[in-house]
Amino acid sequence: MSRVRLLWRKSLNAVMLTLTGVAAFAVVSVLFLILGYLIWNGGRSLNWDFFTQLPKPVGEEGGGMANAIVGSLKLLLLAALMGLPVGLIAGVYLAEFGGKTFSFVVRYTTDLLNGVPSIVIGIFAYSLAVLPVKHFSALAGGVALGIMVIPITVRSSEEFLRAIPGSLREGAMALGASRWRTIATVVLPAASGGILTGMLLSLARVAGETAPLLFTAFSNRFWSPGWGQPIASLPVMIYTYAIAPYDDWHRQAWAAGLILLGLVLLANLGCRLALRGRGMGRS
Amino acid sequence: MRVAEKISAASEKEALVRFEISDLNFYYGAKQAVFGLNLKIPKNRVTALIGPSGCGKSTFLRTLNRMNETIRHTRVSGKILLDGQDILQMDVVGLRRRVGMVFQRPNPFPKSIYDNVAYGLRINGYKGRLDELVEHSLRRAALWEEVKDYLKKSAFALSGGQQQRLCIARALAVDPEVLLLDEPCSALDPVTTAKIEELMFHLKDSCTMAIVTHNMQQAARASDFTAFMLDGKLIEHSETSKLFTTPTDPRTEAYITGRFG
Repeated sequence: MSRVRLLWRKSLNAVMLTLTGVAAFAVVSVLFLILGYLIWNGGRSLNWDFFTQLPKPVGEEGGGMANAIVGSLKLLLLAALMGLPVGLIAGVYLAEFGGKTFSFVVRYTTDLLNGVPSIVIGIFAYSLAVLPVKHFSALAGGVALGIMVIPITVRSSEEFLRAIPGSLREGAMALGASRWRTIATVVLPAASGGILTGMLLSLARVAGETAPLLFTAFSNRFWSPGWGQPIASLPVMIYTYAIAPYDDWHRQAWAAGLILLGLVLLANLGCRLALRGRGMGRS
Repeated sequence: MRVAEKISAASEKEALVRFEISDLNFYYGAKQAVFGLNLKIPKNRVTALIGPSGCGKSTFLRTLNRMNETIRHTRVSGKILLDGQDILQMDVVGLRRRVGMVFQRPNPFPKSIYDNVAYGLRINGYKGRLDELVEHSLRRAALWEEVKDYLKKSAFALSGGQQQRLCIARALAVDPEVLLLDEPCSALDPVTTAKIEELMFHLKDSCTMAIVTHNMQQAARASDFTAFMLDGKLIEHSETSKLFTTPTDPRTEAYITGRFG
């Protein structure tokens, strides 16, 4: 073993260590760059009016995106109502009941569905919920987002249910609980923290989707009462405002982006805290 | 018949048979795990099942409350009579209420201590005075004094030994006639093990017990009858004192003297 080789090894080691460190740092810094850029550009437009006012007509400064914030929340509510129950129950099936072949098919299609471009899901929702009634609506946007919520919910629910030790199921069944009773009273509560996290993250993910909303929920410069009207949403507002030729609108687009990112970060953070509090059922 | 004679000769009080198992075979898919097993488990006694790992003793124990049915592709043949009734014909929920089980590792539910004990009562639709029964069960499991002020706390806050006694209390809450214990002390320290053995001694008044154990001293201390299994077959079954002092089968002797297994 010559000293040259030893030196070579040590320096190679150092180089690789540096390289991985730099890559890791780059990953982290991207988020902070985006965040910083959003605050730098949109921070100024972020005032009370932004949360409470409707958009001003073209040419007037100021105004806000209250309708888009409420609109996004309404769309997410629809998506949650349509997507989460289906996703959860399918996840229960995969984790607790699924046989081999059919489960494989379900898992595989779920992963494929997860990979379908969001614009394609938008077209699907368009032909499903817009064409028959011949106008855009919050409902159609909810359908599009609801479909997108399903695959993540299925897989995360399945994962968290699988993480519950089989001994818990046996304990309940040894007391005379049926399969379904065991799942409902022991397994699901034990996994609830993780499952809720998965759900919240899937909602956070679709909160930023723009493409499927463009021709389903469309947009609206005013309040959209009920569920049958076109409705404003933050991502579509960002899109509209960012390509408009007014500086004030650009700033508001940045501000809307900041709000959106803030919501997603908040959801993530909330999940972490909730998971830490509840644990996975271990002492 | 030899076994029955031994039992009646052995016990001064009448030893009624709780479980009567005849010609029991059990299969995991194509693999047979229990071969033509015949055994009588006497009432209000502790029967220990000993034997090397993989000899089928846990599998056998789990046929007694049909827990193996939760595993896919298993098959059972033969007769298992509980107080003269064939358990394979029984409603499984009713059977498991009568035949409780405690597992190798404590498996409390992620609920409060109280809710753990009340679980079996609630799912069986019991509407009476839960508080009293929870206290009674915890007392029977010798845990009440330690937890009476913390009933609303999570069961996970308890130590391993306390958790195992909680699981015993949970099983006792539905007042089972039989308690199956699948290596209940293998994850516990000697002091806690002694507590559980003492608890088993007191439970004999109201309960029939069958315990799987790897610990020969435990079988010798805590059981009245011992069955030795090897490769899925019952080799020898007799009074514990007799089996450990004068085993009739050379394989039993080899096992209890530590020459294999």
